Formats: sequence, structure tokens, C-alpha cells
Amino acid sequence: MIDFIWLLLFLAGLLTAACTGRMDAVARAVLGGAELGVELSIGLVSVITLWLGLMHVATQAGLVDGLSKLLRPVGRWLFPSVPPDHPAMGAILANMTANILGIGNAATPLGMKAMQELQTLNPDKETASDAMCTLLAVNTASITLIPTTVIAIRMQLGSHDPTAVVGTTLIATALGTAGAIVLDRAFRAWSKRRRA
Amino acid sequence: MQAVISMVSSWLLPSLIAVILVTGYARRLPVYHVFVAGAKGGFAWGVRLIPHLVAMMVAVQVFRASGAMDIMVHGLSPLLHWLHVPPEVAPLGLLRPISGQGSLALLIDILKEKGPDSTLGLIASTMQASTDTTLYIITVYFGSVGIRNIRYALKVGLLADFISVLASVFAVHWVTGKW
Repeated sequence: MIDFIWLLLFLAGLLTAACTGRMDAVARAVLGGAELGVELSIGLVSVITLWLGLMHVATQAGLVDGLSKLLRPVGRWLFPSVPPDHPAMGAILANMTANILGIGNAATPLGMKAMQELQTLNPDKETASDAMCTLLAVNTASITLIPTTVIAIRMQLGSHDPTAVVGTTLIATALGTAGAIVLDRAFRAWSKRRRA
Repeated sequence: MQAVISMVSSWLLPSLIAVILVTGYARRLPVYHVFVAGAKGGFAWGVRLIPHLVAMMVAVQVFRASGAMDIMVHGLSPLLHWLHVPPEVAPLGLLRPISGQGSLALLIDILKEKGPDSTLGLIASTMQASTDTTLYIITVYFGSVGIRNIRYALKVGLLADFISVLASVFAVHWVTGKW
């Protein structure tokens, strides 16, 4: 998929440039793009380093576990098919916590752990269970408190107020998550009715 | 309400840092050493990102410099106008569920062109921050446990992304007091 998109961007650009006669601009864009890519990757190091350090302190101080505990009632409501003391619930809550705190690198391995635990509860090993679909839904539209990477990019590009998007992201992700939960429940009810 | 939200924006990060450090200190952690041990991985993280961002930035810059982006934005604008989504951020919304690095490259492009503090810059930033690479998550999560039938998960994920895109536009207009 990613190969196709990458090639498509290139070829569409090349084809358009051939028609509009902007090939010289495209040639410059190739080198400029590469330079920008390196510049920004290095620029992101500042905020990522800060955040990795802070999250290490938060984890060691037990704050991440604490937030997971706070989320427990939400977890029970979202995943009624998972027993509250099953390891799957712990992994799900840890994954949600990582998403909220904007530590995407940690969220993915935790999510995969949650999937493995959910698979042990799944009667049909080749078909996604209800709980798995819900986990996917809350992951694709997760509530985010600190959008780490975006703040880093904004800082890098000279924003006067890099954290201005914290509030808007909170609103947008809250609406997105609510939408995802409603859609997940609606599709589940619909698929049950069709099977019955 | 708008004032409260912009206050939350500027207070959240510093107060979160304070809470983390004070709690760590109160629990008798050597906070400085723990911070440094965790932050060590930051540089490697940036270096790992270089090949992805170079590949995507080059493709996105070619796409834009050739004028292909303008044609796409122009073609989509009637539909987007109806949804109140600024056409300039539409390519970002389309690429976001498919490729995280690709949409990051597009976000950078928009912020450089329009300015990070412009309304468009804020919308693009919020969009990038509030949706996830749905296709990647579905592939990795289901792939790792060998699920073949993913039922309605893709539909829910993509529809949720669409809601988040509209919600991002709404949130920025609302907070900046344009609506």
C-alpha cells in the first residue's frame, strides 16, 4: 500500500510537471525535499528526548499505572466481554494510557500485547472478536492529551504558540472517540442481527 | 469557554511536567538520573525517522512543485466547501489513515506554506494529532495474532477518521472564535 502511494505521488508529480513545464521546479523539489527530511528529523529530537525522559520518570513513579487504574471503569464499560482481572484488561488499559499521554511508540507494542491476550479469549482464532474490534476503534481515534510529534514540528517551524493545538486536539479526539464507540456498537448490533 | 480551552493549552504541558517530577521526587526516585536514562533513546528515534521522512518529503515536494496538488485540491473543493473543510488540508485528511510518515510530510508542507499559527496551520496540526494511521494499526494488530476476518473494524476505523477530520475543523474554528 505504502509503495503504491509513494510511487503515485512521484508519478502524478512527474506527469503534471511534463504537462505544465515545471520540470525544473520538480528537480529542485527533489533535493529540497531530501534536505528538509533530514533537517526535520533532527529537529524532532529535542521534544522527543524531553518526552521520553519525562515518561520514564512517570512510569517509574507509578503515574502510568495510576492512570491505568483510573481508566478501569471505562475499560469495563467498553469491554464487557473481557473479565476485569484477565491480563487482557491490564494490557488494554496500558495501551489506552499510552495513547492518551502521546507516547505512540509505546502504545503499539502494548496494543499488540492486548491483542494476544484477547486472542486467548477468542473462540474463533481466525475471526476478530467484539473486544478486538472495540480495541481497534478506540486506538484509531484515541483521546490525546499531549500530541508530542505535532508540538515538536510546530516548534521546529517557528510557531509562536506550539502548544496551541493541545485544546483543539483534546476536543477533536474526544468527538472522534465518541464517534468510534458509537459506530463500533452500531456495527456490532447490526452484525449480530444479521447472523441471528 | 474558548478562553478556558486556550488556557488549558498553555497550562497542560508545564503542569504535567511538574506533576511528574514532583511525584517522582516524593516517591524518592533519583528523578534526574531516571530522566536521563529514559531520554537516551531520543536521538536514535530521530535518526530512525530520517529515511522515512526523506522518502516522503521528496515525494510530497515533487507532488506539490509540479502543480499536481493544486489540481487535486481544486477538483475536491466543491465537496469540501459543502463539508466546511478547507481544501488545502484535504490531501492531509486523505493520506492520514494510510501513511503516518506521508501525512507528517504533508503537515510540514502546509505549516511551511501557510504558517504554523494560521487557521489552516492549526487545523492541519489538529488533524494530524487527532487521527491515527488506521490501516497500519489494523494490519499490525490483526496480523500479529493471525486474524483473517476483521469484520467491520476497517469501516469503523475509517469512518472514525472522517469524524475526527470534521471535528478538527470544528474545534479550531470554535476555539479561535470563528464560529
